Amino acid sequence: MRRNLWIGAVLVGLNAAVAALTLVWLPYGPTEMSGGRLSPPSWAHPAGTDRLGRDYLTQVMIGARIAMTVGIGAALLGGLIGTTLGVLAAFARRGLDDALAATLDILIAFPTLLLAMLVVAASDGASLWTAILAIGLAMSAIIARLVRILTKRVLAQDYITAARCSGLGWGKITIAHILPNILPTVMVAVALQFGLAVIAEASLSYLGLGTPPPNASWGQLLQQAQSTVFRAPMGVIAPGLALISLVLGINFLADGLRDLMDADEEIQP
Amino acid sequence: MSLLQVQDLTVSAGARELVHGVSFDLRPGERLGLVGESGSGKSLTAMAIVGLLAPGLTAGGSVLLDGQQMIGRPDRDLVRLRGAVASVVFQDPRSALDPLMRLGDQLAAPIRRRAVREGRALSSAQLRAEQIRWLDRVAIPEPDRILRAWPHEVSGGQRQRIAIAMALACGPRLLIADEPTTALDVSSQAEVLDLLGGLVRDEGLSLLFISHDLPVVARICDRVVVMRQGRAVEEGPTARVFTDPQDPYSQGLVAAARRLQSALENPA
Ligand SMILES: Nc1ncnc2c1ncn2[C@@H]1O[C@H](COP(=O)(O)OP(=O)(O)OP(=O)(O)O)[C@@H](O)[C@H]1O
Ligand SMILES: [Mg+2]
Repeated sequence: MRRNLWIGAVLVGLNAAVAALTLVWLPYGPTEMSGGRLSPPSWAHPAGTDRLGRDYLTQVMIGARIAMTVGIGAALLGGLIGTTLGVLAAFARRGLDDALAATLDILIAFPTLLLAMLVVAASDGASLWTAILAIGLAMSAIIARLVRILTKRVLAQDYITAARCSGLGWGKITIAHILPNILPTVMVAVALQFGLAVIAEASLSYLGLGTPPPNASWGQLLQQAQSTVFRAPMGVIAPGLALISLVLGINFLADGLRDLMDADEEIQP
Repeated sequence: MSLLQVQDLTVSAGARELVHGVSFDLRPGERLGLVGESGSGKSLTAMAIVGLLAPGLTAGGSVLLDGQQMIGRPDRDLVRLRGAVASVVFQDPRSALDPLMRLGDQLAAPIRRRAVREGRALSSAQLRAEQIRWLDRVAIPEPDRILRAWPHEVSGGQRQRIAIAMALACGPRLLIADEPTTALDVSSQAEVLDLLGGLVRDEGLSLLFISHDLPVVARICDRVVVMRQGRAVEEGPTARVFTDPQDPYSQGLVAAARRLQSALENPA
Protein backbone atom coordinates (compact mmCIF):
# COMPACT_ATOMS: atom_id res chain seq x y z
CA MET A 1 0.00 0.00 0.00
CA ARG A 2 2.90 2.36 0.64
CA ARG A 3 4.32 1.41 -2.79
CA ASN A 4 2.75 4.40 -4.54
CA LEU A 5 4.24 6.75 -2.02
CA TRP A 6 7.71 5.25 -2.46
CA ILE A 7 7.70 5.21 -6.26
CA GLY A 8 6.44 8.78 -6.24
CA ALA A 9 8.98 9.94 -3.68
CA VAL A 10 11.86 8.38 -5.63
CA LEU A 11 10.80 9.86 -8.99
CA VAL A 12 10.07 13.32 -7.60
CA GLY A 13 13.15 13.17 -5.39
CA LEU A 14 15.30 12.36 -8.41
CA ASN A 15 13.95 15.33 -10.33
CA ALA A 16 14.34 17.58 -7.32
CA ALA A 17 17.92 16.38 -6.80
CA VAL A 18 18.81 17.06 -10.44
CA ALA A 19 17.17 20.49 -10.22
CA ALA A 20 19.19 21.28 -7.10
CA LEU A 21 22.38 19.97 -8.71
CA THR A 22 22.04 22.38 -11.65
CA LEU A 23 22.42 25.26 -9.20
CA VAL A 24 26.00 24.20 -8.47
CA TRP A 25 27.09 21.95 -11.31
CA LEU A 26 26.27 21.31 -14.97
CA PRO A 27 28.06 18.99 -17.42
CA TYR A 28 28.49 21.92 -19.85
CA GLY A 29 27.54 25.55 -20.03
CA PRO A 30 23.94 26.04 -21.14
CA THR A 31 25.00 27.81 -24.35
CA GLU A 32 28.35 26.10 -24.80
CA MET A 33 28.70 24.47 -28.22
CA SER A 34 30.61 21.55 -26.87
CA GLY A 35 30.14 18.91 -29.57
CA GLY A 36 29.26 18.28 -33.18
CA ARG A 37 25.81 19.18 -34.48
CA LEU A 38 23.11 16.61 -33.66
CA SER A 39 25.67 14.08 -32.58
CA PRO A 40 24.27 10.77 -31.25
CA PRO A 41 24.68 9.76 -27.59
CA SER A 42 28.27 9.21 -26.51
CA TRP A 43 30.27 9.19 -23.27
CA ALA A 44 30.89 12.90 -23.60
CA HIS A 45 27.25 13.65 -24.42
CA PRO A 46 25.01 10.89 -22.93
CA ALA A 47 21.92 12.36 -24.59
CA GLY A 48 23.63 13.69 -27.71
CA THR A 49 23.72 17.31 -28.86
CA ASP A 50 21.28 19.69 -30.52
CA ARG A 51 21.62 21.31 -33.91
CA LEU A 52 23.94 23.97 -32.53
CA GLY A 53 26.15 21.37 -30.87
CA ARG A 54 24.88 22.07 -27.34
CA ASP A 55 24.70 19.20 -24.84
CA TYR A 56 21.16 17.80 -24.47
CA LEU A 57 21.71 16.38 -20.99
CA THR A 58 22.65 19.84 -19.72
CA GLN A 59 19.48 21.27 -21.19
CA VAL A 60 17.26 18.52 -19.79
CA MET A 61 18.81 19.08 -16.36
CA ILE A 62 18.07 22.80 -16.56
CA GLY A 63 14.57 21.86 -17.65
CA ALA A 64 14.14 19.91 -14.41
CA ARG A 65 14.97 23.04 -12.45
CA ILE A 66 12.46 25.09 -14.39
CA ALA A 67 9.76 22.43 -14.07
CA MET A 68 10.29 22.18 -10.31
CA THR A 69 10.38 25.97 -9.91
CA VAL A 70 7.18 26.51 -11.85
CA GLY A 71 5.50 23.51 -10.21
CA ILE A 72 6.36 24.58 -6.67
CA GLY A 73 5.73 28.26 -7.38
CA ALA A 74 2.34 27.62 -8.97
CA ALA A 75 1.38 25.13 -6.25
CA LEU A 76 2.26 27.60 -3.49
CA LEU A 77 0.51 30.49 -5.23
CA GLY A 78 -2.53 28.44 -6.17
CA GLY A 79 -2.69 26.78 -2.76
CA LEU A 80 -2.49 30.08 -0.87
CA ILE A 81 -4.89 32.08 -3.02
CA GLY A 82 -7.22 29.12 -3.42
CA THR A 83 -7.38 28.32 0.28
CA THR A 84 -7.93 31.96 1.23
CA LEU A 85 -10.68 32.46 -1.35
CA GLY A 86 -12.33 29.15 -0.52
CA VAL A 87 -12.48 29.84 3.21
CA LEU A 88 -13.78 33.37 2.61
CA ALA A 89 -16.45 32.10 0.23
CA ALA A 90 -17.55 29.50 2.78
CA PHE A 91 -17.93 32.25 5.41
CA ALA A 92 -19.57 34.77 3.11
CA ARG A 93 -23.24 35.63 3.13
CA ARG A 94 -25.42 33.67 0.75
CA GLY A 95 -25.37 36.18 -2.14
CA LEU A 96 -21.65 36.82 -2.07
CA ASP A 97 -20.95 33.13 -1.70
CA ASP A 98 -23.10 32.31 -4.74
CA ALA A 99 -21.33 35.02 -6.76
CA LEU A 100 -17.91 33.70 -5.74
CA ALA A 101 -18.89 30.12 -6.53
CA ALA A 102 -20.13 31.12 -9.99
CA THR A 103 -16.94 33.10 -10.66
CA LEU A 104 -14.86 30.10 -9.67
CA ASP A 105 -16.83 27.82 -11.98
CA ILE A 106 -16.24 30.20 -14.87
CA LEU A 107 -12.54 30.47 -14.05
CA ILE A 108 -12.24 26.70 -13.91
CA ALA A 109 -14.00 26.31 -17.26
CA PHE A 110 -11.54 28.84 -18.71
CA PRO A 111 -8.60 26.95 -20.28
CA THR A 112 -5.32 27.38 -18.41
CA LEU A 113 -3.44 28.00 -21.65
CA LEU A 114 -5.75 30.82 -22.66
CA LEU A 115 -5.39 32.37 -19.23
CA ALA A 116 -1.61 32.04 -19.55
CA MET A 117 -1.66 33.79 -22.92
CA LEU A 118 -3.65 36.63 -21.35
CA VAL A 119 -1.15 36.94 -18.51
CA VAL A 120 1.77 36.92 -20.96
CA ALA A 121 0.03 39.50 -23.13
CA ALA A 122 -0.67 41.69 -20.11
CA SER A 123 2.93 41.56 -18.87
CA ASP A 124 5.97 42.53 -20.90
CA GLY A 125 6.72 39.13 -22.36
CA ALA A 126 6.99 35.54 -21.30
CA SER A 127 9.13 34.62 -18.32
CA LEU A 128 9.33 32.13 -15.50
CA TRP A 129 7.12 34.47 -13.46
CA THR A 130 4.36 34.82 -16.01
CA ALA A 131 4.22 31.03 -16.22
CA ILE A 132 4.01 30.69 -12.43
CA LEU A 133 1.41 33.47 -12.20
CA ALA A 134 -0.78 32.10 -14.98
CA ILE A 135 -0.68 28.50 -13.82
CA GLY A 136 -1.00 29.45 -10.16
CA LEU A 137 -4.10 31.57 -10.89
CA ALA A 138 -5.75 28.80 -12.86
CA MET A 139 -4.95 26.41 -10.05
CA SER A 140 -6.26 28.70 -7.32
CA ALA A 141 -9.77 28.52 -8.77
CA ILE A 142 -9.78 24.73 -8.54
CA ILE A 143 -8.36 24.73 -5.02
CA ALA A 144 -10.79 27.46 -3.94
CA ARG A 145 -13.79 25.45 -5.09
CA LEU A 146 -12.58 22.42 -3.17
CA VAL A 147 -11.72 24.43 -0.05
CA ARG A 148 -15.12 26.12 -0.06
CA ILE A 149 -16.90 22.77 0.04
CA LEU A 150 -14.53 21.26 2.62
CA THR A 151 -14.86 24.33 4.84
CA LYS A 152 -18.65 24.24 4.68
CA ARG A 153 -18.55 20.63 5.73
CA VAL A 154 -16.42 21.50 8.78
CA LEU A 155 -18.61 24.51 9.58
CA ALA A 156 -21.67 22.28 9.75
CA GLN A 157 -20.15 20.25 12.59
CA ASP A 158 -21.65 20.69 16.04
CA TYR A 159 -18.34 21.44 17.71
CA ILE A 160 -18.01 24.58 15.57
CA THR A 161 -21.44 25.82 16.58
CA ALA A 162 -20.68 25.00 20.20
CA ALA A 163 -17.37 26.89 20.00
CA ARG A 164 -19.05 29.89 18.37
CA CYS A 165 -21.72 29.89 21.05
CA SER A 166 -19.11 30.01 23.76
CA GLY A 167 -17.51 33.05 22.17
CA LEU A 168 -14.86 31.80 19.72
CA GLY A 169 -14.48 34.21 16.78
CA TRP A 170 -14.19 33.27 13.11
CA GLY A 171 -10.47 33.90 12.89
CA LYS A 172 -9.65 31.53 15.70
CA ILE A 173 -12.11 28.94 14.44
CA THR A 174 -10.36 29.03 11.08
CA ILE A 175 -6.92 28.52 12.58
CA ALA A 176 -7.81 26.03 15.28
CA HIS A 177 -10.40 23.89 13.52
CA ILE A 178 -10.92 24.57 9.84
CA LEU A 179 -7.38 24.62 8.48
CA PRO A 180 -6.21 21.47 10.29
CA ASN A 181 -9.30 19.59 9.14
CA ILE A 182 -9.15 20.58 5.47
CA LEU A 183 -5.36 20.55 5.08
CA PRO A 184 -4.82 16.83 4.34
CA THR A 185 -7.30 16.84 1.46
CA VAL A 186 -6.07 20.19 0.18
CA MET A 187 -2.49 18.90 0.19
CA VAL A 188 -3.40 15.94 -2.01
CA ALA A 189 -5.25 18.26 -4.38
CA VAL A 190 -2.30 20.65 -4.51
CA ALA A 191 0.05 17.73 -5.22
CA LEU A 192 -2.13 16.65 -8.14
CA GLN A 193 -2.23 20.24 -9.36
CA PHE A 194 1.55 20.34 -9.13
CA GLY A 195 1.66 17.56 -11.76
CA LEU A 196 -0.80 19.43 -13.95
CA ALA A 197 1.25 22.60 -13.50
CA VAL A 198 4.35 20.84 -14.83
CA ILE A 199 2.41 19.73 -17.90
CA ALA A 200 0.89 23.19 -18.32
CA GLU A 201 4.36 24.75 -18.16
CA ALA A 202 5.61 22.32 -20.80
CA SER A 203 2.65 23.22 -23.02
CA LEU A 204 3.23 26.94 -22.49
CA SER A 205 6.89 26.77 -23.37
CA TYR A 206 6.14 24.47 -26.30
CA LEU A 207 4.02 27.35 -27.57
CA GLY A 208 6.83 29.79 -26.83
CA LEU A 209 5.04 31.29 -23.82
CA GLY A 210 7.32 29.84 -21.17
CA THR A 211 10.79 30.73 -20.02
CA PRO A 212 12.88 32.25 -22.80
CA PRO A 213 16.16 30.60 -24.00
CA PRO A 214 18.83 29.76 -23.02
CA ASN A 215 17.14 28.43 -19.88
CA ALA A 216 14.97 26.16 -21.94
CA SER A 217 12.23 24.14 -20.31
CA TRP A 218 11.27 20.67 -21.47
CA GLY A 219 8.40 21.90 -23.58
CA GLN A 220 10.70 24.18 -25.48
CA LEU A 221 13.27 21.41 -25.96
CA LEU A 222 10.53 19.22 -27.39
CA GLN A 223 9.46 21.97 -29.72
CA GLN A 224 12.99 22.66 -30.93
CA ALA A 225 13.78 18.98 -31.43
CA GLN A 226 10.65 18.07 -33.33
CA SER A 227 12.00 19.05 -36.75
CA THR A 228 15.03 16.81 -36.28
CA VAL A 229 13.23 13.96 -34.53
CA PHE A 230 14.32 11.35 -37.09
CA ARG A 231 17.98 12.35 -37.23
CA ALA A 232 18.35 12.87 -33.48
CA PRO A 233 15.50 11.15 -31.61
CA MET A 234 17.19 11.70 -28.24
CA GLY A 235 16.26 15.36 -28.48
CA VAL A 236 12.62 14.35 -28.01
CA ILE A 237 13.09 11.21 -25.94
CA ALA A 238 15.23 12.80 -23.21
CA PRO A 239 12.96 15.73 -22.26
CA GLY A 240 9.91 13.55 -22.87
CA LEU A 241 11.09 10.90 -20.42
CA ALA A 242 12.06 13.56 -17.91
CA LEU A 243 8.61 15.13 -18.14
CA ILE A 244 6.87 11.78 -17.80
CA SER A 245 9.02 10.77 -14.82
CA LEU A 246 8.19 13.92 -12.91
CA VAL A 247 4.46 13.98 -13.69
CA LEU A 248 4.04 10.28 -12.97
CA GLY A 249 6.08 10.66 -9.81
CA ILE A 250 3.86 13.48 -8.57
CA ASN A 251 0.73 11.50 -9.29
CA PHE A 252 2.07 8.45 -7.48
CA LEU A 253 2.98 10.69 -4.57
CA ALA A 254 -0.52 12.20 -4.46
CA ASP A 255 -2.10 8.73 -4.64
CA GLY A 256 0.19 7.54 -1.88
CA LEU A 257 -0.77 10.49 0.32
CA ARG A 258 -4.43 9.79 -0.25
CA ASP A 259 -4.01 6.10 0.63
CA LEU A 260 -2.26 7.14 3.79
CA MET A 261 -5.14 9.44 4.72
CA ASP A 262 -7.80 6.86 3.96
CA ALA A 263 -5.97 4.43 6.22
CA ASP A 264 -5.99 7.07 8.95
CA GLU A 265 -9.66 7.73 8.48
CA GLU A 266 -10.56 4.09 8.97
CA ILE A 267 -9.50 4.33 12.59
CA GLN A 268 -12.03 7.07 13.18
CA PRO A 269 -15.73 6.25 13.40
CA MET B 1 -35.58 39.61 36.07
CA SER B 2 -35.50 37.02 33.32
CA LEU B 3 -32.23 35.75 31.96
CA LEU B 4 -33.94 35.00 28.70
CA GLN B 5 -37.04 36.62 27.28
CA VAL B 6 -38.35 35.29 23.98
CA GLN B 7 -41.15 37.27 22.41
CA ASP B 8 -42.96 36.43 19.18
CA LEU B 9 -39.91 34.69 17.78
CA THR B 10 -40.19 33.71 14.13
CA VAL B 11 -37.70 31.82 11.97
CA SER B 12 -38.02 31.80 8.21
CA ALA B 13 -36.24 30.18 5.31
CA GLY B 14 -36.79 32.76 2.58
CA ALA B 15 -40.54 33.28 2.30
CA ARG B 16 -41.37 30.10 4.23
CA GLU B 17 -41.96 30.62 7.94
CA LEU B 18 -40.83 27.66 10.06
CA VAL B 19 -41.35 29.00 13.58
CA HIS B 20 -44.47 31.12 14.00
CA GLY B 21 -44.15 33.48 16.93
CA VAL B 22 -42.97 31.59 20.00
CA SER B 23 -42.79 33.34 23.38
CA PHE B 24 -41.45 32.23 26.75
CA ASP B 25 -39.29 33.36 29.66
CA LEU B 26 -36.46 31.73 31.52
CA ARG B 27 -35.42 32.92 34.97
CA PRO B 28 -31.93 32.48 36.42
CA GLY B 29 -31.52 28.98 37.82
CA GLU B 30 -34.68 27.72 36.13
CA ARG B 31 -34.75 24.58 34.00
CA LEU B 32 -37.08 24.77 31.04
CA GLY B 33 -37.90 21.89 28.71
CA LEU B 34 -38.79 22.36 25.05
CA VAL B 35 -40.72 19.29 23.90
CA GLY B 36 -42.33 18.37 20.65
CA GLU B 37 -42.19 15.96 17.76
CA SER B 38 -39.41 15.92 15.21
CA GLY B 39 -39.53 18.97 12.96
CA SER B 40 -41.61 21.06 15.37
CA GLY B 41 -38.98 23.82 15.42
CA LYS B 42 -37.25 23.15 18.75
CA SER B 43 -33.70 23.37 17.42
CA LEU B 44 -34.48 26.40 15.26
CA THR B 45 -35.90 28.19 18.30
CA ALA B 46 -32.82 27.37 20.36
CA MET B 47 -30.36 28.43 17.65
CA ALA B 48 -32.25 31.66 17.00
CA ILE B 49 -31.88 32.53 20.68
CA VAL B 50 -28.09 32.52 20.47
CA GLY B 51 -27.98 33.94 16.90
CA LEU B 52 -26.54 30.78 15.39
CA LEU B 53 -29.11 29.93 12.74
CA ALA B 54 -27.78 28.17 9.65
CA PRO B 55 -27.08 30.40 6.64
CA GLY B 56 -30.26 31.19 4.73
CA LEU B 57 -32.44 31.27 7.84
CA THR B 58 -33.58 34.56 9.37
CA ALA B 59 -35.11 35.29 12.75
CA GLY B 60 -37.72 37.89 13.64
CA GLY B 61 -39.38 39.05 16.82
CA SER B 62 -37.39 39.69 19.97
CA VAL B 63 -34.94 37.68 22.04
CA LEU B 64 -33.49 39.37 25.12
CA LEU B 65 -30.58 37.33 26.43
CA ASP B 66 -29.30 38.82 29.67
CA GLY B 67 -30.98 42.06 28.64
CA GLN B 68 -29.31 42.17 25.21
CA GLN B 69 -31.31 42.01 21.99
CA MET B 70 -30.02 39.06 19.95
CA ILE B 71 -32.20 39.49 16.86
CA GLY B 72 -30.85 41.60 14.02
CA ARG B 73 -27.45 42.11 15.60
CA PRO B 74 -24.27 41.62 13.53
CA ASP B 75 -22.35 38.46 14.33
CA ARG B 76 -19.37 40.46 15.58
CA ASP B 77 -21.39 41.74 18.56
CA LEU B 78 -23.00 38.39 19.20
CA VAL B 79 -19.70 36.57 19.65
CA ARG B 80 -18.95 38.62 22.76
CA LEU B 81 -22.48 38.51 24.15
CA ARG B 82 -22.88 34.78 23.71
CA GLY B 83 -19.48 33.87 25.11
CA ALA B 84 -20.26 35.21 28.56
CA VAL B 85 -23.86 34.05 28.74
CA ALA B 86 -24.75 30.89 26.87
CA SER B 87 -23.32 27.52 25.83
CA VAL B 88 -24.76 24.68 23.76
CA VAL B 89 -24.49 20.91 23.76
CA PHE B 90 -25.81 18.91 20.83
CA GLN B 91 -27.13 15.49 20.07
CA ASP B 92 -24.48 13.81 17.95
CA PRO B 93 -21.40 12.64 19.87
CA ARG B 94 -19.58 12.05 16.58
CA SER B 95 -19.59 15.71 15.66
CA ALA B 96 -19.34 17.11 19.20
CA LEU B 97 -15.54 17.27 19.14
CA ASP B 98 -12.87 18.16 16.60
CA PRO B 99 -11.53 14.81 15.34
CA LEU B 100 -8.06 16.24 14.79
CA MET B 101 -7.48 17.81 18.18
CA ARG B 102 -6.48 16.08 21.39
CA LEU B 103 -9.18 16.10 24.06
CA GLY B 104 -6.94 18.05 26.44
CA ASP B 105 -6.45 20.84 23.90
CA GLN B 106 -10.17 21.01 23.20
CA LEU B 107 -11.01 21.24 26.88
CA ALA B 108 -8.28 23.84 27.40
CA ALA B 109 -9.83 26.28 24.91
CA PRO B 110 -12.97 27.25 26.88
CA ILE B 111 -10.98 27.31 30.15
CA ARG B 112 -8.54 29.79 28.61
CA ARG B 113 -11.33 31.87 27.10
CA ARG B 114 -13.01 32.17 30.46
CA ALA B 115 -9.76 33.20 32.12
CA VAL B 116 -9.17 35.86 29.46
CA ARG B 117 -12.71 37.14 29.81
CA GLU B 118 -12.39 37.38 33.58
CA GLY B 119 -8.94 38.95 33.27
CA ARG B 120 -7.23 36.12 35.14
CA ALA B 121 -3.73 34.90 34.35
CA LEU B 122 -3.68 31.13 33.89
CA SER B 123 -0.46 29.22 34.50
CA SER B 124 -0.05 25.86 32.82
CA ALA B 125 -0.30 24.15 36.19
CA GLN B 126 -3.59 25.95 36.88
CA LEU B 127 -4.85 25.05 33.43
CA ARG B 128 -4.07 21.40 34.02
CA ALA B 129 -5.74 21.45 37.41
CA GLU B 130 -8.84 22.97 35.82
CA GLN B 131 -8.86 20.36 33.05
CA ILE B 132 -8.65 17.55 35.59
CA ARG B 133 -11.31 19.15 37.77
CA TRP B 134 -13.71 19.35 34.82
CA LEU B 135 -13.10 15.74 33.81
CA ASP B 136 -13.77 14.76 37.38
CA ARG B 137 -17.00 16.75 37.45
CA VAL B 138 -18.29 14.91 34.38
CA ALA B 139 -17.22 11.62 35.98
CA ILE B 140 -14.49 10.65 33.53
CA PRO B 141 -11.77 8.49 35.07
CA GLU B 142 -8.09 8.32 34.02
CA PRO B 143 -7.72 12.04 33.29
CA ASP B 144 -4.09 11.66 32.20
CA ARG B 145 -4.94 9.23 29.44
CA ILE B 146 -8.08 11.12 28.40
CA LEU B 147 -6.36 14.50 28.11
CA ARG B 148 -3.81 13.03 25.71
CA ALA B 149 -6.38 10.96 23.76
CA TRP B 150 -8.02 11.72 20.41
CA PRO B 151 -11.82 11.85 20.15
CA HIS B 152 -11.99 8.51 18.31
CA GLU B 153 -10.26 6.83 21.25
CA VAL B 154 -13.12 7.41 23.71
CA SER B 155 -16.74 6.25 23.79
CA GLY B 156 -19.74 8.23 22.58
CA GLY B 157 -20.91 8.78 26.15
CA GLN B 158 -17.48 10.05 27.15
CA ARG B 159 -17.37 12.38 24.16
CA GLN B 160 -20.75 13.76 25.12
CA ARG B 161 -19.55 14.35 28.69
CA ILE B 162 -16.45 16.13 27.47
CA ALA B 163 -18.66 18.30 25.27
CA ILE B 164 -20.72 19.11 28.38
CA ALA B 165 -17.54 19.89 30.32
CA MET B 166 -16.41 22.23 27.51
CA ALA B 167 -19.80 23.94 27.42
CA LEU B 168 -19.73 24.55 31.18
CA ALA B 169 -16.02 25.40 31.42
CA CYS B 170 -16.50 28.72 29.66
CA GLY B 171 -18.69 29.78 32.54
CA PRO B 172 -22.11 30.40 30.96
CA ARG B 173 -25.25 31.29 32.88
CA LEU B 174 -27.47 29.50 30.39
CA LEU B 175 -26.89 26.03 29.01
CA ILE B 176 -28.81 24.99 25.93
CA ALA B 177 -28.88 21.22 25.56
CA ASP B 178 -30.36 20.03 22.25
CA GLU B 179 -31.22 16.35 22.78
CA PRO B 180 -27.81 15.68 24.35
CA THR B 181 -28.64 12.08 25.22
CA THR B 182 -30.74 10.92 22.27
CA ALA B 183 -27.85 9.24 20.47
CA LEU B 184 -26.66 7.34 23.54
CA ASP B 185 -27.69 3.90 24.76
CA VAL B 186 -30.23 3.77 27.59
CA SER B 187 -27.81 3.38 30.50
CA SER B 188 -25.37 6.11 29.45
CA GLN B 189 -28.42 8.23 28.62
CA ALA B 190 -29.59 8.10 32.23
CA GLU B 191 -26.06 8.71 33.51
CA VAL B 192 -25.42 11.73 31.31
CA LEU B 193 -28.84 13.11 32.12
CA ASP B 194 -28.37 12.90 35.88
CA LEU B 195 -24.89 14.34 35.51
CA LEU B 196 -26.20 17.26 33.50
CA GLY B 197 -29.00 17.89 35.99
CA GLY B 198 -26.57 17.82 38.90
CA LEU B 199 -24.06 20.17 37.25
CA VAL B 200 -26.73 22.68 36.30
CA ARG B 201 -28.03 22.65 39.88
CA ASP B 202 -24.55 22.97 41.43
CA GLU B 203 -23.54 25.84 39.18
CA GLY B 204 -26.89 27.54 39.55
CA LEU B 205 -27.33 27.68 35.78
CA SER B 206 -30.44 28.12 33.73
CA LEU B 207 -31.11 25.22 31.42
CA LEU B 208 -33.00 25.10 28.15
CA PHE B 209 -33.41 21.40 27.55
CA ILE B 210 -34.70 20.18 24.21
CA SER B 211 -36.16 16.74 23.76
CA HIS B 212 -39.01 14.87 22.13
CA ASP B 213 -39.03 12.55 25.12
CA LEU B 214 -41.46 13.77 27.78
CA PRO B 215 -40.25 11.50 30.64
CA VAL B 216 -36.68 12.70 30.07
CA VAL B 217 -37.83 16.29 30.31
CA ALA B 218 -39.89 15.52 33.42
CA ARG B 219 -36.78 14.11 35.06
CA ILE B 220 -34.73 17.27 34.72
CA CYS B 221 -36.97 20.33 34.10
CA ASP B 222 -39.14 22.56 36.29
CA ARG B 223 -41.26 23.88 33.46
CA VAL B 224 -42.04 22.82 29.88
CA VAL B 225 -43.05 24.42 26.62
CA VAL B 226 -44.75 22.02 24.22
CA MET B 227 -44.13 22.83 20.57
CA ARG B 228 -45.94 21.61 17.51
CA GLN B 229 -45.43 22.64 13.90
CA GLY B 230 -43.53 25.77 14.78
CA ARG B 231 -45.92 26.93 17.52
CA ALA B 232 -45.86 26.74 21.31
CA VAL B 233 -49.13 24.96 22.08
CA GLU B 234 -48.80 24.68 25.85
CA GLU B 235 -46.63 25.97 28.65
CA GLY B 236 -46.57 25.24 32.36
CA PRO B 237 -44.87 23.57 35.33
CA THR B 238 -43.68 20.08 34.38
CA ALA B 239 -45.82 18.36 36.98
CA ARG B 240 -48.97 20.17 35.86
CA VAL B 241 -48.43 19.54 32.15
CA PHE B 242 -47.65 15.93 32.92
CA THR B 243 -50.72 15.30 35.09
CA ASP B 244 -53.23 17.68 33.54
CA PRO B 245 -52.32 18.58 29.94
CA GLN B 246 -54.67 21.18 28.43
CA ASP B 247 -53.82 21.08 24.73
CA PRO B 248 -55.03 18.01 22.78
CA TYR B 249 -51.55 17.52 21.33
CA SER B 250 -49.93 17.56 24.80
CA GLN B 251 -52.59 15.15 25.99
CA GLY B 252 -51.58 12.79 23.20
CA LEU B 253 -47.91 13.12 24.11
CA VAL B 254 -48.58 12.42 27.78
CA ALA B 255 -50.84 9.47 27.02
CA ALA B 256 -48.22 7.96 24.72
CA ALA B 257 -45.52 8.43 27.34
CA ARG B 258 -47.73 6.77 29.98
CA ARG B 259 -48.51 3.83 27.72
CA LEU B 260 -44.80 3.32 27.11
CA GLN B 261 -44.04 3.59 30.79
CA SER B 262 -46.67 1.03 31.83
CA ALA B 263 -45.56 -1.29 29.02
CA LEU B 264 -42.05 -1.12 30.42
CA GLU B 265 -43.18 -1.61 34.01
CA ASN B 266 -45.63 -4.48 33.36
CA PRO B 267 -44.25 -6.51 30.48
CA ALA B 268 -47.08 -8.60 29.06
N1 LIG C 1 -31.58 25.24 7.23
C1 LIG C 1 -32.89 24.98 7.03
N2 LIG C 1 -33.49 25.39 5.88
C2 LIG C 1 -34.79 25.13 5.67
N3 LIG C 1 -35.58 24.49 6.53
C3 LIG C 1 -35.06 24.05 7.69
C4 LIG C 1 -33.68 24.27 7.99
N4 LIG C 1 -33.42 23.73 9.20
C5 LIG C 1 -34.58 23.17 9.61
N5 LIG C 1 -35.58 23.37 8.72
C6 LIG C 1 -36.98 22.94 8.87
O1 LIG C 1 -37.54 23.56 9.99
C7 LIG C 1 -38.39 22.68 10.69
C8 LIG C 1 -38.02 22.65 12.15
O2 LIG C 1 -36.70 22.13 12.29
P1 LIG C 1 -36.01 21.88 13.71
O3 LIG C 1 -34.63 21.41 13.42
O4 LIG C 1 -36.16 23.07 14.57
O5 LIG C 1 -36.86 20.67 14.29
P2 LIG C 1 -36.72 19.96 15.70
O6 LIG C 1 -37.96 20.26 16.46
O7 LIG C 1 -35.43 20.32 16.32
O8 LIG C 1 -36.73 18.43 15.28
P3 LIG C 1 -35.84 17.21 15.79
O9 LIG C 1 -36.51 16.70 17.02
O10 LIG C 1 -35.94 16.23 14.68
O11 LIG C 1 -34.47 17.72 16.02
C9 LIG C 1 -38.28 21.34 10.01
O12 LIG C 1 -39.43 21.16 9.22
C10 LIG C 1 -37.07 21.46 9.14
O13 LIG C 1 -37.25 20.73 7.95
MG1 LIG D 1 -33.56 19.30 16.59
